[in-house]
Amino acid sequence: MADFETPKFREYPAVPLIKQDEMAGGGPFVSRAEFDTDLGYPGELPEDWKEKTLEKMGDLLGRYRSLQVFMDSCIKCGACTDKCHYFIGTNDPKNMPVARQDLMRKVYRRYFTFAGKYFPKLVGAVDLTEDVLDEWYNYYHQCSECRRCSVFCPMGIDTAEVTMAAREILANVGKAQKYSNQIIQKVYKIGNNLGLPGKALKGILEDLEEEMEDECGVPVKFNMDEVGCDALLMTPSADFFAEPHIDGLIGYGKVLHELGITWTVSSKASEAANFGLFIGSYDNIQKVSMRIREAAIELKVKRIIFGECGHAWRVAYSFLNTLAGPFDFLDQNYPIPQHILEVTYGALEDGKLRMNKAENDHLTMTFHDSCNVARASRMGDTPGGQFDIPRAVIQASCNNYVDMDADTIKDATFCCGGGGGLLTDDLMELRVKGALPRMEALKEVTEESGVTNIAAICAICKSQFTKTLPYYGFEMDAIMSVHQLVSEAIVMKGSEQEKELDGVEEDEDAKSED
Amino acid sequence: MSAFYALLLTVAFLVLIIGLTKKIIQYSRVPAPLKIPVTPAPLTKGGVAVRLAKEAILFAALFRSNKWTWLFGWMFHMSLFIVLINHLRFFIKDVPLPLVLLQNVGEYAAFTMFIGLAGLLIRRIFVARVKYISSPSDYLWLILLMVIALTGIVMRFVSHTDIIAVKEFSLGLLRLNWQTLPTDFPLMVHLLLVAVLMILLPFSKLLHIPGLFFAPTRNQVDNPREERHIAPWAAELDAEKNKVQPK
Repeated sequence: MADFETPKFREYPAVPLIKQDEMAGGGPFVSRAEFDTDLGYPGELPEDWKEKTLEKMGDLLGRYRSLQVFMDSCIKCGACTDKCHYFIGTNDPKNMPVARQDLMRKVYRRYFTFAGKYFPKLVGAVDLTEDVLDEWYNYYHQCSECRRCSVFCPMGIDTAEVTMAAREILANVGKAQKYSNQIIQKVYKIGNNLGLPGKALKGILEDLEEEMEDECGVPVKFNMDEVGCDALLMTPSADFFAEPHIDGLIGYGKVLHELGITWTVSSKASEAANFGLFIGSYDNIQKVSMRIREAAIELKVKRIIFGECGHAWRVAYSFLNTLAGPFDFLDQNYPIPQHILEVTYGALEDGKLRMNKAENDHLTMTFHDSCNVARASRMGDTPGGQFDIPRAVIQASCNNYVDMDADTIKDATFCCGGGGGLLTDDLMELRVKGALPRMEALKEVTEESGVTNIAAICAICKSQFTKTLPYYGFEMDAIMSVHQLVSEAIVMKGSEQEKELDGVEEDEDAKSED
Repeated sequence: MSAFYALLLTVAFLVLIIGLTKKIIQYSRVPAPLKIPVTPAPLTKGGVAVRLAKEAILFAALFRSNKWTWLFGWMFHMSLFIVLINHLRFFIKDVPLPLVLLQNVGEYAAFTMFIGLAGLLIRRIFVARVKYISSPSDYLWLILLMVIALTGIVMRFVSHTDIIAVKEFSLGLLRLNWQTLPTDFPLMVHLLLVAVLMILLPFSKLLHIPGLFFAPTRNQVDNPREERHIAPWAAELDAEKNKVQPK
């Protein structure tokens, strides 16, 4: 399948021994100048790269308290050293969170601290060379910015903040990553990550409407650029396109139809994802976020609802108000923005949705908490709602549900292995190896509790699992959308499913059989 | 010799206070432009205070992370805290009753402090992952603190120092009225290393002391949807955005 070995499941998941330089290399494909310049980067290594690097580093140290404090406050206690899925999967010591931070901290100490200026050897400070930058490029693209290490750090140091800063610095000296930058450029030029033009999107949505009509006998609408709807739906473009994502989109459509909430997507902002986060660029996160504001204004909606996407929900929940707010023109009776799971959960609580769980009886489900939802956002009114609400919705949709090992879920969840801008084929080895801890936890519940499928609420997780599950001996379609389960179980008023369930249809069938 | 020590300790104290203050001012001035609390996070400021207190007093995250590191680290820090309180007697003329009472237990804190530090040092040397991330300074800090604890133990339990004279000296430091310091070897080493510690603290990883409280991942309230958070430098970009308004 590839020129690397899939890690073996460990009988006793002990902390692995370190293997120096196991993942040394050139990192993912470097961006082309044309993608960079559109994003405000130079696109090539400038002659004065060293000054530029230090200048940008100083700039970021002055802009981000997180970076400044985190550069100083690490005590090298080692608490994080066995917490990163990439370290567990690759055993490369530079994938230990503290070692990853140290790649930058060593340079910080050399140029920005008294101790490092005068006693570099004593405090492990190093000179900035092109080799150092190359090492940054390689290892800061082996971090999925999932924040698991920060949960365990006694100082609250979040490696994601360091990784984002490093990528922003690298991009400023012509070493940006192709995958992320090309995608952001597509968002600016076409409107979404996949480069799906408005016309094609319209076609897909019309097909979906027809399909729904045929299947359920109910006119479930999938609007695009429709002015005056209740809600703007922001969802990852994978939802328009691929399995199991699109089954989730169908689920949102059915729920919103049943609740009488009219909604539309925007061809201009047909993408919830915001890769500006991954490259650590405030300017680009904001520019991508502004599309949402513009679309909401143009389409005259009252609410903004987000579909299943992990980092998009982080940006939406935590940053959107800051970056594109204030949203005083929207209906203040609803959370701004709102997650589709909050909508579905609220409706279930109020008894507004009829669910036939038996539709999913052939499944035994487990749930993968997506890192950005788990550790960088919330749902509902109480801390931890981001764990309880998806589980409640799944359990309202199916009868068989089992959680994975407690050390691998909720705020201790392991990244799928493909987050943070690493969901690219040129990082396949890293992605497969980084998936190891999640795959082990999944294996355990399949063997002990007969789990058949795993649900997720993130387009990246879903795509990553579709690719990596087969490496570990699972079926690729074992990964499902949460709203796919909802879609299977929901019984819409006036639908074929309702008739079937209530026996109206049965009478007619009985007659014809006679 | 007394004059040298008096000067050294006074300078060390000033370096500590000025250095630390400068760092704290820096940390409070650098903005945190985005809401990045690690969730689940408290929804109120009171909740944040509890979260930080749990980290500062109980080392909650470390406990979750690694029981051995927590045990040794917590033992060392709590012991050091008791030891420091015990040392207040050298700076207060009439020692209040609570401090007198504390001394009976407190004087043994030096032992637990030493054991905690030794545990951390052993871990640093023998756990390959921790060894990999250690610089010379990481070992030296532990050794320095161990020697400080050890010389303290020696003065209290083995070869007694004239603590009445030491108290005269320390009270004199406060009034800039320098007194004679006993010239016992353990005391000389003890005070020299304490001065080194105070001088280096603002330039070292010991900045984790203020750093703990300034981590936006732990000190932010989880309320981004309810309250708009905006940093000064981001307000500039914000002006651009205000052009996009509903008509």
